[in-house]
Amino acid sequence: MENGFEMIQIMDENGNLVNEEFKSYISESLTKEMYEKMILVRTFDRKAISLQRQGRLGTYAPFEGQEAAQVGSASALKERDWLFPTYRDHAAAITFGHSLPHVLLYWNGRMEGCTVPSGKRIFPPAVPIATQLPHAAGAALAEKRRGTGNAAIVYFGDGATSEGDFHEGLNFASVFKSPVVFFNQNNHFAISVPIEKQMNSRTIAQKSVAYGIPGYRIDGNDIFAVYFYTKQALERARQGEGPTLLEAVTWRYGAHTTADDPKKYRNQEESLSKKRTIDPLLRLERYMKNEGIWEDDWANLVQKEAEEQIEGAVAEMEAFPPPDVNDLFDHVFAEPTWTIREQKEEYMNQIRGAGR
Amino acid sequence: MEMRVKTNKLTMVQAVTDGLRTMLQKKEEVVLLGEDIGSNGGVFRATEGLMEEFGEERVMDTPLSEAGLMGTAIGMAINGMIPVAEIQFLGFIYPAYEQIATHATRIRMRTMGKYTVPMVIRAPYGAGIRAPEIHSDSAEALFTHMPGMKVVCPSTPYDAKGLLIASIEDPDPVLFLEPLRLYRAGKEEVPEGEYRVEIGKAARRREGSDVTLIAWGAMAAQASKAAEKLEQTGVSCEVIDLRTLYPLDKETIAESVQKTGRAVIVQEAHATGGLANDVMGVINDTSFLYLRAPITRVSGFDVPVPFFSLEEHYLPDTERIIQAVEKVIHY
Repeated sequence: MENGFEMIQIMDENGNLVNEEFKSYISESLTKEMYEKMILVRTFDRKAISLQRQGRLGTYAPFEGQEAAQVGSASALKERDWLFPTYRDHAAAITFGHSLPHVLLYWNGRMEGCTVPSGKRIFPPAVPIATQLPHAAGAALAEKRRGTGNAAIVYFGDGATSEGDFHEGLNFASVFKSPVVFFNQNNHFAISVPIEKQMNSRTIAQKSVAYGIPGYRIDGNDIFAVYFYTKQALERARQGEGPTLLEAVTWRYGAHTTADDPKKYRNQEESLSKKRTIDPLLRLERYMKNEGIWEDDWANLVQKEAEEQIEGAVAEMEAFPPPDVNDLFDHVFAEPTWTIREQKEEYMNQIRGAGR
Repeated sequence: MEMRVKTNKLTMVQAVTDGLRTMLQKKEEVVLLGEDIGSNGGVFRATEGLMEEFGEERVMDTPLSEAGLMGTAIGMAINGMIPVAEIQFLGFIYPAYEQIATHATRIRMRTMGKYTVPMVIRAPYGAGIRAPEIHSDSAEALFTHMPGMKVVCPSTPYDAKGLLIASIEDPDPVLFLEPLRLYRAGKEEVPEGEYRVEIGKAARRREGSDVTLIAWGAMAAQASKAAEKLEQTGVSCEVIDLRTLYPLDKETIAESVQKTGRAVIVQEAHATGGLANDVMGVINDTSFLYLRAPITRVSGFDVPVPFFSLEEHYLPDTERIIQAVEKVIHY
């Protein structure tokens, strides 16, 4: 018990259902779909790190360990909802329909990586910390004003809860009853600073009390808990009942980005032991085995298909046309100002002369 | 047949209200949000009566939270609304600067045009009304330096309404600076209904032949006063009111300086890193060979805008402008 915000599980570490209430909603197809999505994004994550090591991708922010939190929550969205990710939420974005080659392009320093397939309402990753929370509150408020029934989800880490924008976003959404779900992934570290040094409150979920909104601390490695509680929060938002704060407690195995070394701040033994115990994919595998719906051939096929899909995305990313210098100048304003027009003209003449 | 447009004699702050009302009536997407703008009508009464007229969904009193206000407005703007966010005093915009600098100004570029931020940030600014500390900053250069945002600053009631309408219609974020000292400095005939003053165009407030005075906001009025006094001593000043601080009106600046051969730029903000330096750059690029004297600046000092007991020393007054003009005339 943590101040009344105990950790909610539907499925425990051994893959046993501990909350029978949800049993009838967990079909074999839902289970398999979740597993397939998690395999896809884990394979993607590992591939991206490997590409970075080979110099084929720029700095990359890995998420391995957080698959259930991201896949489970994004799976609860409806087609016309909004998703506001950080730079670590590509798994959520991919689950919601972002294109794999474009996610790779983003990490290869290409603006095109912020563009999403048509009709998808996925905002570009927020790089500053917590600034996306008020955006979600505002975009969701616009949906509420139009009476659409659409909602928004916004992702952020534990470190973000120390920023002013976290509080301002929650406060605005709560005052104006914006249909938004604040989805925290508590992976216990803000780069190198552990949560104990980040805040003195016992949970992140309890911060909801200050804003008069519901808050739940859920096991972020239990994909069923994540999926059903996010769905419930989104439903609440659609009904006009306002925002919810979800704290998904999870663990990231790797570095903050490929530019730092987790050995300096994360206990590697602990990570290794969590990989054997609480891992979101392993847990779902155990559940499926318990339920008698696991087949090795099927699992091998899922893995193989994920690899093929990702190889295709890498090829597409690498075959992408080179960046267009016009894009440096053409998207700052609807109509470029004279300063940008003149700078562009001069620079274009220069590089034409230099044959670049 | 000449069309007669009905006008009203309004102060600048009344013209702002009139502009807001006009756009609230015209477009359902326009929504005002800010601290105390609803039942209180804004601390300067710029939004007086608008909440009663348009309701709390269109004129929103928000929590006291500049970053939250700006971030929420950005979220509304990317999702089809046209927010006009009021920052009570420009000196309080710093908590919102991150939202403006890292999001509002770059969303169009980052998404290659898929998401845009057609919002206006209204901010009363400047010294000279004996406000408490921090309230009187002229921080326009922080925003003219940040690509992706236009910066507009009227100095008359007519321009205030026309520029505000143009800003609300602009597809990109606009910072709309309202000089506090001019809010109630005088009245002017302001047309009813819609009209626009084009963003990016300066105004020639006074014709002259010896020297060009370039200013904006409250300093435009100050420059005109100095020009009147100088006229009596036989010095003919042309006064250019920039009205838009980004992008600058290169043509009007160049045309005037090439005619007079001399330029004095007057700004209320601190000297170092101020917009006056960019105006000098424009003159240098366009009119160097026409100059008969070095370009001169009259600025606030490189000190924080002081407590009001000292603000008259901080603010450029007509005397300092006259001295600068005499210096360039007798160079």
